[in-house]
Amino acid sequence: MESLESCVLYGANMDDLLRDFVIETTENIDVVDSELVRFEQDPNNKAIIAQIFRLVHTIKGTCGFLGLPRLEALTHAAESAIDLFRDGAPVTRDVVSLILVTIDRIKMIMAELDRSMQEPSGADLDLISRLEALVLGEVPESRPQASDFSNLNGEGNEDITVGTLVYQVLERPLRPGEVSLDELEKAFREGDLPETEFNSKTLNDAGLSSNLAAPEPADTGMEMLAVDGANKKTSIRVSVDTLEHLMTMVSELVLTRNQLLEIARRDENSAFKSPLQRLSQVTAELQESVMKTRMQPIGSAWALFPRLIRDLCEELKKEIDLETIGAETGIDRQLLEMIKDPMMHMIRNAADHGIETPGSRTLVGKPARGRITVEAAQKGGYILLSISDDGRGLNLKRVREKAVELGLASESDAAQMSDQQASKFIFNAGFSTAEKLTHISGRGVGMDVVRSNIEQIGGSIDISTTLGKGTRVEIKIPLTLAIAAALIVESGGQRFALPQMTVIELVRASSSNEARIEHLHSAPVLRLRERLLPLMQLSDVLGLKQASEASWENSFIIVCQVGQLRFGIVVDSVLQTEEIVVKPVSVRMRHLSCYSGVTILGDGTVIMILDPNGLLQHLGSSVEAHNDNVTDIQTQVSDEEIKTTLLVFRAGPGAPKALPLALVTRLEEIDVSRIEVSNGQHVVQYRGKLMALFSCQNDMVLRESGNQPVLVFMHGGAAVGVLVDEIIDIVEDVLNITMESTAPGILGSAIIRERATDIIDAAYFVPGLGSDNPAVSRGRQRLLLVESNDLFRAMLVPVMQAAGFEVVNVSSARNAAPHLAQEKFDVIVANIENGGLDDFSAMADGHCRLIGIASRASQHLLQTAHDANFDDVVGIFDREGLIASLRASDSMIGEAA
Amino acid sequence: MSVTMADVHDDDTRASDIEQLVMFYLNDQVFGLPIHQVRDVFIVSTMTRVPLAPAGVAGLFNLRGRVMTMLCMRELLGVTQHVDNAGMTAIGIEWRGESFGLVVDRIGEVASLSRSTRDLNPANLDPRWAGLSAGVYKLADTLLVELSLDALFNNSLKNAA
Repeated sequence: MESLESCVLYGANMDDLLRDFVIETTENIDVVDSELVRFEQDPNNKAIIAQIFRLVHTIKGTCGFLGLPRLEALTHAAESAIDLFRDGAPVTRDVVSLILVTIDRIKMIMAELDRSMQEPSGADLDLISRLEALVLGEVPESRPQASDFSNLNGEGNEDITVGTLVYQVLERPLRPGEVSLDELEKAFREGDLPETEFNSKTLNDAGLSSNLAAPEPADTGMEMLAVDGANKKTSIRVSVDTLEHLMTMVSELVLTRNQLLEIARRDENSAFKSPLQRLSQVTAELQESVMKTRMQPIGSAWALFPRLIRDLCEELKKEIDLETIGAETGIDRQLLEMIKDPMMHMIRNAADHGIETPGSRTLVGKPARGRITVEAAQKGGYILLSISDDGRGLNLKRVREKAVELGLASESDAAQMSDQQASKFIFNAGFSTAEKLTHISGRGVGMDVVRSNIEQIGGSIDISTTLGKGTRVEIKIPLTLAIAAALIVESGGQRFALPQMTVIELVRASSSNEARIEHLHSAPVLRLRERLLPLMQLSDVLGLKQASEASWENSFIIVCQVGQLRFGIVVDSVLQTEEIVVKPVSVRMRHLSCYSGVTILGDGTVIMILDPNGLLQHLGSSVEAHNDNVTDIQTQVSDEEIKTTLLVFRAGPGAPKALPLALVTRLEEIDVSRIEVSNGQHVVQYRGKLMALFSCQNDMVLRESGNQPVLVFMHGGAAVGVLVDEIIDIVEDVLNITMESTAPGILGSAIIRERATDIIDAAYFVPGLGSDNPAVSRGRQRLLLVESNDLFRAMLVPVMQAAGFEVVNVSSARNAAPHLAQEKFDVIVANIENGGLDDFSAMADGHCRLIGIASRASQHLLQTAHDANFDDVVGIFDREGLIASLRASDSMIGEAA
Repeated sequence: MSVTMADVHDDDTRASDIEQLVMFYLNDQVFGLPIHQVRDVFIVSTMTRVPLAPAGVAGLFNLRGRVMTMLCMRELLGVTQHVDNAGMTAIGIEWRGESFGLVVDRIGEVASLSRSTRDLNPANLDPRWAGLSAGVYKLADTLLVELSLDALFNNSLKNAA
């Protein structure tokens, strides 16, 4: 009673699904048909067989959860047979014929399914046994040609099992003259139609007429057969081209209406007024309806999932919860169709491979019930879809091995690859690490299909995985066909649309202090609530004529967010918001990353839709890498108001630069005439040795004559110098990095003495200062650095490495835990300004040396640290002191060993 | 102010060696485009410029709800000497499913020309012209350059982009 029950349980919903399935599968089967024939002629074409295999696999998968056992069994057998070809089995005419016959049988079942919304009873043991024999290596006997439908007509009579039709159980005895459906079915099979005329068309008709001829018992839920014809017409497939054309026509109608309204407005007493109003209303409704034909909430595709999960749970003996977020996200109908299958594949994968059995979950301390989360959101010009599970994650070691096995990468490449890169292997065709095939997944087609489907619609797919924690697949689909709310802005005398999804706020720039645009080495920035916001002038980016600096004033700043990064787009004015229909950019201009599409405004003007993602590229590529940390640094530092002594100097054009004074050993002035070039390196004789000189600009710019200031750093016992133009000042200020770096060698920008200043990364300009020096290490000591401030981490790690330690750095005690659990450290260096001293001493647990660091070591702090069993406390900027303290631990450990 | 050329289309063109060309002008030079490739002829009012667009793309234009990518023939052919023409005239064409408009100075009549009067491009023709030309018709008083859309999209625009 399974199928009937499911009908009752899932009601109309399942009917819809079934109808979709029928329409789609009928199409797919037709493709398989022609492709198979093509494959027979061109048996070496792997692409064709892969395509066939995918299609059959998809049909099989869908049958599985729609509860169509007969089709499922048949397609499974067919898939296994086709798989042989994939593995390179010889393609013989007989084998192809057999598969074609199978496909015809599938078509027959589909026709019946389409008509009655029920899978016809019976099994196809005849075909299945032959297909199985094929898989087992037996040569199939010569069988009827594909065009021959004799098999339907009781071919191999003895093979056909006539099962009892579930839905034919009548609740009353047959009336005289009535024929039971069983018999009808039998008659249908053994039909006395002339064999020669028997094609699928007549079969269909015959089936229909015989069904209608039989009086239908109304109380068995089979009335739909009678109204079968009407049912079919409730949904039709319309080509997207037709809809597109309709849309264009409606847009035109809207424009004409607008013009008419304009005319009517001038003439108050026009007789056209009321019919115009009606026209206006109808047009608006028409427009809305046409729009609706294209848009659908993504949740409509998710309707399949609960059932899918339920069935998977039963089959796999797992417990899985499904969580869906953002079901209302509107998505273009066409796109929805395209992502349906990929989503299903991924859910199946997550359930089968990702989520563990309840037993093994409890064993590793996870709740017995697994969770699969499906999430959709529109972000910028994209729809972001993610499917994540809290399962075991990808076994990347196995993935790497498999990649090598399949020849996708050399052994060394695979080993060096980042986890992120390695996980991408699963998108390759035929890639499966599953040990055994289940009918759910594991044949290694899933992710390959998913990727090709997504890429077909110009999307991208990404995967991130953590062993033991789960896997997350993210799909990004462009919005090419969707409708979006947009902000219409003006820049350089031209209008543009900016998708509202990315816009966070609008700021009006003025010359007053609050919203003043400042320039940092020609990079415009805005102080927005104590944060520096990088800006871009739209007219600059687009190469529009830029009047003068004055145009910065009274302009609007559109604060956008792309991913984690916020930035401002400066435009001349903001006009209005409008619902726009996104049209694709002409192929001739698709390479322009600034635009995501074109749209026609209400007044008929064509304007470009800006793509914030693309614009971001003009902001500089290094921006993204640092942005994750921005908030952390900011909140952490501003909470504490640590004052740092900074050396402010000028080097090259643009904003002043600064670095913590503690890093500099000495300030010198050197006569430029003493600077020599040796081996391509600027050097100067300094205290009887040669000191290498570096510049913190890209090019070494020396003065013509006179003295040049040099910052001297001590590095591995040798001095290195960094040339600067002018030492400005030494200030004590809160070092508050509010903007990530846009240039190499600059850690970020900070407001120092009310001026935007670049904070220099000394290690970048002095090669070797930050690099490992293996000569120093004698059996390297391992050091764990716990420091939440990114700047300090960036400064300290090179120092520690130079001192011969292997450094693992983490931002908090919490993040340190996994490292401590797995690795052994000789020294722990932790920032103790935020407290948590006891945590650190627990971490050290007396086994390793514990050094506290603080930007200012007060007496009180020293005492507290001592009480908490800290071995030493040094200032963050006390380079020498820190090295001395580390050396002490070095020798101490040396003695102990 | 748009004329659809479909009705001008004549069936006998295919049979004979007569080619029907829609004539258009840049300055005084006459060009021709096979009539079956012409979809509309229209006056361009306001065109939207596309910043950063490749050379030759004059902008976008909304023709009855269709977004046309407008190509400036002057720029593509290097005819820089500018004449003051009030409204710009354009020829609407379709290429690989996309709509384009060719901005020209003015449109002439439809000429029925015998292929026998067509000659190859002279060797000393400006490469920009040679790149777009399918051949030169020798008219009584002037020479007509037949524009080839294949060449336009495969040579000129590709190089420009």
